[in-house]
Amino acid sequence: MSTTVDPIAATDPTAPVTLGRRRRTRGFAGLVRALLPPLVVGAGGLALWELVVKAGRIAPFILPAPSAIWEQFWLSREVIWKTGLASGTNALVGLVAGAVLGIVAAMAASRFRLLGEASIPVAAALNALPIIALAPILNNMFESTSSIPRRVVVAIVVFFPVFVNTLRGLRQVDPTHRELMDSYAAGGWTFTRLVRLPGALPFVFTGLRQASSLAVIAAVVAEYFGGLQDGLGSRITSAAANTAYPRAWAFVVGACVLGLVFYAAALALERLATPWRRSG
Amino acid sequence: MTDAVELKDVGKVFNPGRADQVVALTGVDLTVESGQFVSLIGPSGCGKSTLLRLVADLVPPTGGTVTVAGKPARKARLDQEYGIAFQQAGLFDWRTVQRNVELPLELRGASRAERRERAREMLDLVGLGDFAGHYPPQLSGGMQQRVAIARALAVHPPLLLMDEPFGALDEMTRERLQDELLRICARTGTSTIFVTHSIPEAVYLSHRVVVMSPRPGRITDVIEIDLGPRSDATRQSAGFFAGITKVRKALRGAPTAAAEVTA
Repeated sequence: MSTTVDPIAATDPTAPVTLGRRRRTRGFAGLVRALLPPLVVGAGGLALWELVVKAGRIAPFILPAPSAIWEQFWLSREVIWKTGLASGTNALVGLVAGAVLGIVAAMAASRFRLLGEASIPVAAALNALPIIALAPILNNMFESTSSIPRRVVVAIVVFFPVFVNTLRGLRQVDPTHRELMDSYAAGGWTFTRLVRLPGALPFVFTGLRQASSLAVIAAVVAEYFGGLQDGLGSRITSAAANTAYPRAWAFVVGACVLGLVFYAAALALERLATPWRRSG
Repeated sequence: MTDAVELKDVGKVFNPGRADQVVALTGVDLTVESGQFVSLIGPSGCGKSTLLRLVADLVPPTGGTVTVAGKPARKARLDQEYGIAFQQAGLFDWRTVQRNVELPLELRGASRAERRERAREMLDLVGLGDFAGHYPPQLSGGMQQRVAIARALAVHPPLLLMDEPFGALDEMTRERLQDELLRICARTGTSTIFVTHSIPEAVYLSHRVVVMSPRPGRITDVIEIDLGPRSDATRQSAGFFAGITKVRKALRGAPTAAAEVTA
């Protein structure tokens, strides 16, 4: 017997006035409204950059003009695409491996309290080390044509933010939820499945968002230290070594775009998996 | 008909034998008949929340017996013979309102169609049928508590336990939800044990008000209330104010007359 307007909610002074009170602009208009300010600021920034370089006659090895970078970007677009794919693949494989390991380790650490207490300071200490410094060591351990060293570096870099954030999420449980599930005699795995894991999901995605950008950085930078040179990192170093700075910057731009793609993908995945966060 | 709840000489001591030992409850005898609404009221530390948790078997008694729906408290909990609501609604933010109400049914192993139908029925009962697809953060506090009540009653338990469920709400919402609760309990025939800090709330809602006092936690008085069916006029009636006075006197420690309070 429900009508379109709930009579009790309508007269309840504390109920929201309409069903969708805080309505953000949906659809195309909303997208435009959200993207316009950063686009305008970005375009303005680029224009300013161009002006400063041209008017100040700044040499390209100090700071190339955006127009020069764009020219090189367009000329090398095939190479950027190919090397971008290679770096992207390394980043993705390392991201998945590191994230899976981080989540499993966090689940173990939350299940066995002693393990959890001991692991966080250790993780923090290890994270302070420059992981990228492991790259030359790993390169020596494997064949020179192997992609494994770069992927291992990415996995280690990704492990820490995912582990720490997931563990935090698994640990915080609302005491009311605990009592509620006790009243239903639901404990152990049922409690973990229905309360702990879904409650931890937002934290997992916070870790993944951080990790996605870090993965690309690690994949690109790991190439600086040798090993298989089929990604963006090798092109950046070789262009810089040949003093072709606009071209080096062009590859850097490629790496930025790759990083943005990963971040956007992590964001999209988060929106998909945690639909309740967008509401209210 | 079996009594909904029976407590015989129940006691609860926290940290027994240690320096920080607390006698939360001692010598509690209480019977709640089927279909009755009983409030527990008293100052902080009188053991009313502990008493509720003993009935819910969330805490084991140190002495005495707790019988719910004719069974020991533990079996009653495992058989889901009661529904419980706390001061925080405790809804799962990651589930829609409907799926929140379905939770106890899911744990009982009900089929999807049965769960959906029953959840719909309960949401309509509390007046939130249009909000089934919303998420809890989109609802106000009062609405979240109504969902919590719908969830507590989802398996149609014979007993409802409530621990200051309206404590975090403003006065207007409180009064509205009190009427809602009475309407729902009348409709479903549930017995209720309701813990509260508010004297008017206890008198308005209950058939009996159980007055408790601390150190050690115990029942000091049981006041019968007979105001008849509640309406807007009840809150202004002489009987209502007489009841409030009686409860207040009992809380202050003065012995009350054994006579009933009538409208």
